[in-house]
Amino acid sequence: MAQRVLMKGNEAIAEAAIRAGCRHYFGYPITPQTEIAAYMAKKMPKIGGVFLQAESEIASINMVYGAAATGMRVMTSSSSPGISLKAEGLSYIAGSDIPALVVNVQRGGPGLGGIQPSQSDYFQATKGGGHGDYRMIVLAPASVQEMASLTIKGFNLADKYNMTSMILADGTIGQMMEPISFEDAEIEVYEKPWALTGTECKRKHNVVNSLYLKPEELEVKNFERFERYKLVEENEAMWEEYMMEDAEICVVAFGIASRVAKNAIVAARNEGIKVGLIRPITVWPFPKKALAAAADKVKGFVCVELSMGQMIEDVKLATSCKKPVSLCNRCGGMICSPDQVLYSIRNAQKGEF
Amino acid sequence: MKTTQILFAGFGGQGILFAGKFLAYKGLKEDKQVSWLPSYGPEMRGGTANCSVILSETPVGSPIITEPDVLVAMNLPSLEKYIDTVVPGGQIYLDSSLIQYEVKRTDVQVFAIPATAMAKENNMASLANMILVGALLENHPELSFDGTDTVVSDLVPPKKAALVELNMKALSMGKEYTK
Repeated sequence: MAQRVLMKGNEAIAEAAIRAGCRHYFGYPITPQTEIAAYMAKKMPKIGGVFLQAESEIASINMVYGAAATGMRVMTSSSSPGISLKAEGLSYIAGSDIPALVVNVQRGGPGLGGIQPSQSDYFQATKGGGHGDYRMIVLAPASVQEMASLTIKGFNLADKYNMTSMILADGTIGQMMEPISFEDAEIEVYEKPWALTGTECKRKHNVVNSLYLKPEELEVKNFERFERYKLVEENEAMWEEYMMEDAEICVVAFGIASRVAKNAIVAARNEGIKVGLIRPITVWPFPKKALAAAADKVKGFVCVELSMGQMIEDVKLATSCKKPVSLCNRCGGMICSPDQVLYSIRNAQKGEF
Repeated sequence: MKTTQILFAGFGGQGILFAGKFLAYKGLKEDKQVSWLPSYGPEMRGGTANCSVILSETPVGSPIITEPDVLVAMNLPSLEKYIDTVVPGGQIYLDSSLIQYEVKRTDVQVFAIPATAMAKENNMASLANMILVGALLENHPELSFDGTDTVVSDLVPPKKAALVELNMKALSMGKEYTK
């Protein structure tokens, strides 16, 4: 096994991206993700890569758009308000069907909000953010190790399906240090016949564009795109199940909230409450099958989120509202305590949702 | 299943984050599961700083500490803020050169160490943090003092190699003081 080192979550993303073959990073600083840019600024020049601090978030996402159109592995990173600024570019990239990796180390919102950890960009990440019918693959790491492994996975999936992968992290996972080992990154290589690499007068020129003035054509494009999204939904959902074998209560949480939830689950088990966890690792595609299966055997669900309740809607949809779902939440940069989650689990055990 | 939650708190510039980082690395060397979480944001820019270190035999759940087993306090506001959160039977290490405070709790072990004065006397004013960590190590044999030199060497940047020896001296002073 490779040597374990301590690393910040943000640095793990940057190192993993480099190992995944990313040589183009465009960004603009914002707390709590600035370590990603700092790491790239230090490393990229040494390995022949590009680190560019743009004049704004809008400029940086459009640089990503341009560089991604050449078929290179490209990324940008930001935090909540910065991602809002990038939303137009995200929609254009989706409309052009090209791969890119975007990192959101979330902080409290709305507006300029605060700088402490949050998960309140769930809607923005999974339901759009930019305009038009589109999806992004959204990966939600819960450890520093996953910050790295999901970054590599994100690049691979983006190339496989010609779409954007987003790493949906939060300030805690970005700032904390944990042991991490870098196994050899499994880089999947996909043909990119659409890439703008220069024709050398040997082929017809490629066009990367999101403008379709004929509605018939635009509709067909969207149909095709959603056929691809369907494949992603069928094949790429990832989740972790924890103590679910005999669970009567199912906690659903992702990212940092899932770690707090695990503490509460251990405490509840010590009280004899049969409770487990389903942790979505991809929040889009949402692990619907796992939730639907759980709905047939548990009494109800407790959704733990650092927002006013966003993922809870997907939990209700995935389970067709077969069982009650309660919300255990903090927001604005505050984090649930294990005791708060334990209290919700006890209530669920009593049938109070 | 043993898990130790250690909270370091003090002013920015006292080496709070470094002390935590040292302990996390030490835990890593002892094959423990570890997490290190700093405070970030406005408070670290000139105000209070704190960091949470968890050392465990099992995977670390939440990296956020609400009830520390060990509190290392390097200023009065930090001690006052966290003293009641320490678990019964827990330990408090405080820099008694900087904190004049009588701990009323009788269910915790208190180690009052004049770390800042000791550091100044030995011309290493910035290493009061490591004196406190040395004391902590003395009381936590599971972390063993062996191998601390390699951990310090790994953490001190090559340009400041002279600091390795001073850090080691500070750790030893804390250890001896507590014996």
